[in-house]
Amino acid sequence: MSRSTLKILARGVAAGAVATVALAALPAQAANVFRFAFQGDLKSLDPYSLKESFTEGMQQAAYESLVTLDKNLKFAPGLAESWETPEPTRWRFHLRKNVKFHDGTPFTADDVIFSAQRVRASGSNFTTNVPADADFVKVDDYTVDMVLKKPNPIAIAQFPTWLIMSKAWAEKNGAAQPTPPNATSPSYATLHENGTGPFVVAEHQPGVKTVFKKFDGYWGKVESNLDEAVLTTIANPATRVAALLSGEVDWIDPVPLQDQSRVNASGTAIVMAGPELRTIFLGMDQDRDELKDSSVKGKNPFKDIKVREAFYLAIDEDTIAKRVMRGQAVPSALMIAPSLYDRGAEFKRPATDLKKAKELMAEAGYPDGFALTMDCPNDRYVNDEAICQAVVSMLARINVKVNLNAQPKAKYFAKVLAPAYDTSFYLLGWTPSSLDSHNILYEIVGCRKPGDKSGRGSWNLAGYCDPKIDAIADKVEAETNKSKRDALIKDGFDVLNADWSYIPLHQQALAWGVSKKVHLTQRADNLLLLYWVSKDPQ
Amino acid sequence: MLAFLLRRVMQAAAVLAVVGLIAFSMFRFAGDPVNQIVGPDTPASERAEIRRSLGLDDPVLVQFARYAGDVVRGRLGISYQFRQPVSQLLAERMPATLELAFCATVFALVVGVLMGVYCALRRESWLAGLFQAVSLIGISLPTFLIGILLIYLFSVTLGWLPSYGRGDTVRLGWWTTGFLTWSGLKALILPSITLGLFQMTLIMRLVRAEMLEVLRTDYIRFARARGLSTRAVNLRHALKNTLVPVITIAGLQLGSVIAFSIITETVFQWPGMGLLFVQAVQNVDIPIMSAYLLLVALIFVTINLVVDILYTVVDPRLRLSSARTA
Repeated sequence: MSRSTLKILARGVAAGAVATVALAALPAQAANVFRFAFQGDLKSLDPYSLKESFTEGMQQAAYESLVTLDKNLKFAPGLAESWETPEPTRWRFHLRKNVKFHDGTPFTADDVIFSAQRVRASGSNFTTNVPADADFVKVDDYTVDMVLKKPNPIAIAQFPTWLIMSKAWAEKNGAAQPTPPNATSPSYATLHENGTGPFVVAEHQPGVKTVFKKFDGYWGKVESNLDEAVLTTIANPATRVAALLSGEVDWIDPVPLQDQSRVNASGTAIVMAGPELRTIFLGMDQDRDELKDSSVKGKNPFKDIKVREAFYLAIDEDTIAKRVMRGQAVPSALMIAPSLYDRGAEFKRPATDLKKAKELMAEAGYPDGFALTMDCPNDRYVNDEAICQAVVSMLARINVKVNLNAQPKAKYFAKVLAPAYDTSFYLLGWTPSSLDSHNILYEIVGCRKPGDKSGRGSWNLAGYCDPKIDAIADKVEAETNKSKRDALIKDGFDVLNADWSYIPLHQQALAWGVSKKVHLTQRADNLLLLYWVSKDPQ
Repeated sequence: MLAFLLRRVMQAAAVLAVVGLIAFSMFRFAGDPVNQIVGPDTPASERAEIRRSLGLDDPVLVQFARYAGDVVRGRLGISYQFRQPVSQLLAERMPATLELAFCATVFALVVGVLMGVYCALRRESWLAGLFQAVSLIGISLPTFLIGILLIYLFSVTLGWLPSYGRGDTVRLGWWTTGFLTWSGLKALILPSITLGLFQMTLIMRLVRAEMLEVLRTDYIRFARARGLSTRAVNLRHALKNTLVPVITIAGLQLGSVIAFSIITETVFQWPGMGLLFVQAVQNVDIPIMSAYLLLVALIFVTINLVVDILYTVVDPRLRLSSARTA
């Protein structure tokens, strides 16, 4: 090694040593740091780039919405102090004053109008959050009107995940448009943020770690006592649990089912479980005249309501919830979580009845059953493949031979989604993004028509179609009286159940692993919101 | 020599092209990237439009030609999931992988040689038996299991070492290093052992076998007859001659240590290139997958090239024969 290389090396080591000392000096302040690990990445800081609950929760630490949700998922004022509907097609928002973005510029009506355009621009993943026909009109600097073409009682249902960006900042940094997936150059807003929220992103290495720091100029009072929060991705479930048990992180999501009792027994951490909003269900192709990959030729057995009922009655959801899900699931009679529909408790799941199922199969002309293929993801929902395996063995009891085709989500969705809808029998999970039953009646069970761009039936992979449902969904959309609306929704779900259209299975449980030093609020929409996280100081 | 080098470089380029083509034709079996990019509410028409604009509807050969053209011009593309240039993502992750590979190789060499020498010299001792048993475990247990076992012993039960990540790193120019902080050094221990265990076993068994072979040769007997100390005979004469094949193997294994760090990086959430690749596969992030595969192919090809050149330098017979044929 030459002398000059040695010199460079020595200099490097010296520089490193200085940096080490600087690093070591920082924690001496005993800042209250919350370390947490999630299975996936925080892929982008751009609040319009990816509709996924964890990402949304993280972005809500830095950005805020006009209307927000409280701990019980009820609307609460955010950047809008209050709002009213002077006429059914006009919503007026009174904006909060003295709110500053992280770069110090004040928040005004112009930012709302800008954000309303950007969120609906091409490349945004949140285009449906703001009604497409809504016009935003500035009344003064702190008042904005949203003018609709027709009355819409749930026009602001998705406002809590529509986050407000700064117009001046976005335009200055060339981020006035959301980054489209086919972009050829990186976007500034992907790696930087400038919101009004209680936390500032101090460091963001995509897929490695993200550091949040308290925003000193925040307009409101924050429940959290954190100075700093550090997010790390830990994809491997065993490593994630180990990191929680060894105290290196204070929060993990999710805790695998098989590790939950161990976490609870550790004495240092607990599993916070609660029913999630997502409903897991089975769909049966009722569209094709002949099923793909089935032993029945020339006709589609699922077009016979008796076969659908037989399938429903043969699948023992209680056993799935108890054994496959280890008790971490709530059997569901509806395609929506009961917490999202006030009259959900009126529905009861029909009990498993093998005898009747066999009779129905015989009546339908399949006393010896038939064979078909089932599509199932194996890395999307909690124990998804195991649920499908249980379903396969349960259907074997009524002589239905199911070939299970379980695949990673990337392959599964490519097969079953539009345009191919290439499936006869499948498992899917769904959370209505508006947290409202209309979404189910419209997107999941609405009639799907070729070439229809409205989005009706876009996730109705089974091709189930009952015009009665569509008519009810349209009425639900326009009805502003809550009890009338709930009654309409009940009619819709009654039609759905009478048709044995889909087989709802359960709401899977949320499973956060939380250190006993940490106090936080777990909401059923599975968003981790840092402003509700506190940690006992060291 | 120049003709030999040129021929080798051309062969290397051909290997890279073939790797790229095979990788590309396999991506269509990985699934549909569009569903990983957009949210569930996105209508089918918009999905189709994104698919078209990413060029995913084109035949594989067209996609490959377009990609190859970009790579030749130095453009590796933009990651679908992170919307960041792939070259930048790889450059950020590369120091982590290289430092881990370096530590694992050093660990494998030092411990492997020491254990191998000991086993050869004290064949009957109980410690040699223990080393042999450990080496069996190293060969037969899968890497991820060893990693998890180490985590449960040293992180969860004893609480000595971190279970994930790199700890604090220090930035030196574009390079980030974990060598200069206490937590960074501690974080290196478990992953290095996990990654290096297989190589260590290999080297230990190689050293032991070679050493036993060498100890039987005539020049060792002559050295003993000359009255040299046992230490000098064993370490200076025997070990030195044992090391030639060991160095060759270790050099060749360096490529696989880098390429197969994928599993170790996944277990320890080590933020290196392998982890980036695994996440890219799950999300069908084709730009990252193709760039990583090309990079790994490039590393292997380069190492082989260097080894070939070194052989001709070290062994004059090769040089002569190539000169004669050329």
